[in-house]
Amino acid sequence: MLAVIVAAFLAVPMVASPYLYTEILIPFLILSLAAIGLNILVGYCGQVSLGTGGFMAVGAYAAYNLWLRVPELNNLIVVFLFGGLMAAAVGILFGIPSLRIKGFYLAVATLASQFFLDWLFARVKWLTNYTPSGSVAVGKLEVFGWHVDTPADRYLLILGIVVVGTLVAKNLVRGHIGRSWMAVRDMDIAAEIIGFRPLRTKLTAFAVSSFFIGVAGAMWAFLRLGAWEPLAFDINRSFQILFMVIIGGLGSLVGSFMGAAFIVLMPILLNQLPGWFGIRMSTALLSHLEFMVFGAMIVFFLIVEPHGLARLWAVAKEKLRLWPFPH
Amino acid sequence: MTLRKAVLLGASIAAAGLALASTAQAQNEQFIPGLIYRTGAYAPNGIPFANGVADYYALVNERDGGINGVKIVYEECDTGYATDRGVECYERLKNKGPTGAAYVNPLSTGITFALTEKAPIDKIPVISMGYGRSESRDGSVFQWNFPLLGTYWSAADIIMQHIALKEGGFDKLKGKKIVLVYHDSPYGKEPIALLEQRAKMHGFTFTPMPVTHPGVEQKATWLQIRQNRPDYVLLWGWGVMNSTSIKEAAAVGFPRDKMFGVWWSGAEPDVRPAEGGAKGYHAAMLQHGAGQFGVHADLKKYLYDKGKGSAKWDEVGEVLYNRGLVNAMLGVEAIRKAQTKFGKKPLTGEQVRWGIENLELSAARLKELGFDGMLQPLKVTCSDHEGTRAGRIQQWDGAKWVVVSDWYQSDDTVLKPMVNAAAKKYADEKKLTVRDCSKES
Repeated sequence: MLAVIVAAFLAVPMVASPYLYTEILIPFLILSLAAIGLNILVGYCGQVSLGTGGFMAVGAYAAYNLWLRVPELNNLIVVFLFGGLMAAAVGILFGIPSLRIKGFYLAVATLASQFFLDWLFARVKWLTNYTPSGSVAVGKLEVFGWHVDTPADRYLLILGIVVVGTLVAKNLVRGHIGRSWMAVRDMDIAAEIIGFRPLRTKLTAFAVSSFFIGVAGAMWAFLRLGAWEPLAFDINRSFQILFMVIIGGLGSLVGSFMGAAFIVLMPILLNQLPGWFGIRMSTALLSHLEFMVFGAMIVFFLIVEPHGLARLWAVAKEKLRLWPFPH
Repeated sequence: MTLRKAVLLGASIAAAGLALASTAQAQNEQFIPGLIYRTGAYAPNGIPFANGVADYYALVNERDGGINGVKIVYEECDTGYATDRGVECYERLKNKGPTGAAYVNPLSTGITFALTEKAPIDKIPVISMGYGRSESRDGSVFQWNFPLLGTYWSAADIIMQHIALKEGGFDKLKGKKIVLVYHDSPYGKEPIALLEQRAKMHGFTFTPMPVTHPGVEQKATWLQIRQNRPDYVLLWGWGVMNSTSIKEAAAVGFPRDKMFGVWWSGAEPDVRPAEGGAKGYHAAMLQHGAGQFGVHADLKKYLYDKGKGSAKWDEVGEVLYNRGLVNAMLGVEAIRKAQTKFGKKPLTGEQVRWGIENLELSAARLKELGFDGMLQPLKVTCSDHEGTRAGRIQQWDGAKWVVVSDWYQSDDTVLKPMVNAAAKKYADEKKLTVRDCSKES
């Protein structure tokens, strides 16, 4: 694990090209953090949410407004934390129904939050600083005087935040809070009887989850897009991140990374693969092939291992440990 | 096959593929990326445009042997009209060729917004012909953006002028009700500021009504329109949204001749699916309309007779195909202009930017290129990145588009202050240093 982190901080900057940074590593890392956030809620606490895109938007717009209106706090760490905290607050608000409703009904309730937040950012002009088209932009980003302009700088900043976030998440799920989440997930009545308060447990899961998602949303807006409109956080984003969690593996932090890698990178890879082999085909055929193969792969992985890529990874590790002499 | 063999085979195939891909590139080539879409909800409109662009570059290579001998290498990337995918395409293509991308046509207002932030860093100009952010025509702030031929504020203004003319003057608009049915994205929201301004000036009520992507579900919107009974409906749609709007208008009985589309809502794929229901529908023209002109004869001679065209011959001359031609021609002429200063060799984005900013097409030059009848002369300057603000109105007669108006010029006494204010706000927000255009030749 440590080796991977060291490699990501030191080895990657030596070999990576701007394309690798901006289109592969940065989206992968940011969406991994969002997937970790959602995994805390869905995988660890068992509360289905379809409002991820909306919470990312809260993070992004809260961060934008702080950045715009309080220039004294023009420090990305502060700005992102604020985005995360606002998202956590909104997450708690929309988490309240989870006390009464479960499963599909909760999914529908969070879906409502997605549409409400979409509507809010598209219609309340103050939030987008009265721009004619509702698209906002940021520039001149810095962290404690360090200007994050080049893709490499952005990558390092994001990597730092994601590593810290993952460590925090890892410790949370292993500790008292994480155990209470899992108790509620496995059987909420039993959890209540052995002394976990469902209100507090579920709302902390919503808060922590939304915090991570909000920070990811702010990073997506500031460091990946630079200029964005509410459309960047629409319902498709929610589904995308939910699919990452499902394909990666519910209740697994490594799975969040794997799911993000699969969903972010596979379409791009499929789109470029024929070109690398020198196969020339029309742009339309290429796009259609991409959709078909990607869809087939999702179905394939879900059939082969319904518990996600993380489980597949664990099984592979088991096998390799014994390989080449299984018995 | 054992696992190990399979892995080895896979690896060797991959290595061979990479080797093929990195074969030496010829040096005398100008690379131009094409962010287009041939798939998704916007494909019916994206395909003819993409064909037009591809055909014009191919024509320049076939007929003239490139731009003054510099061959054009053109590569498409399918964005599906999605902003994040468009940015990915841009990043993938921006450094290709010996000098990188000459310029980029995002073909989506959302992607234009995203690339506006990247252009000054990468030094690649963004040509957003007839779309993009309206204030980006102010070249003193938006050095790298070129909304050539007209912005959405120009489009909205031209439509309002036409309506005012029909009503007998802007003062007759008092008390009228005008509704804007728009694609709920930066594209659709662009004209709202101008229309609100006009509403304030002339005392009509203006109601914007959003339609969510991709726009196939509009029943609620049109029910509202049936209740409100507006005098005019403006349409800012794209792809399937356009034909759906026209069909819904027919269904609720809103008169189609009181409906005015922007120039992205005025092509054959927009009206044909509505069949008889589209008869009488108006749309603004980004200067050119449908039909075949001088350049089309060359296309037939050099491409289509040799089976090298990318469309079917009877689609050549449709509105969006022609727009693709115009878009590619403006880019090629900008490169040609830049070559007069920097030499007849592949140019960088920064050099091409100079070419676009100093682009001037006279009537004689347009005739030479075979575009007379499609375009009016234009001249781009530092302070005016739009080049020209002229447009006409066309009407669908059930079988073809008919031009029904004279040329209009969008009213700069209304637009200029808005552009300057919006550009200044952008510069302040981003803490940019503004160029002084009066000091540049």
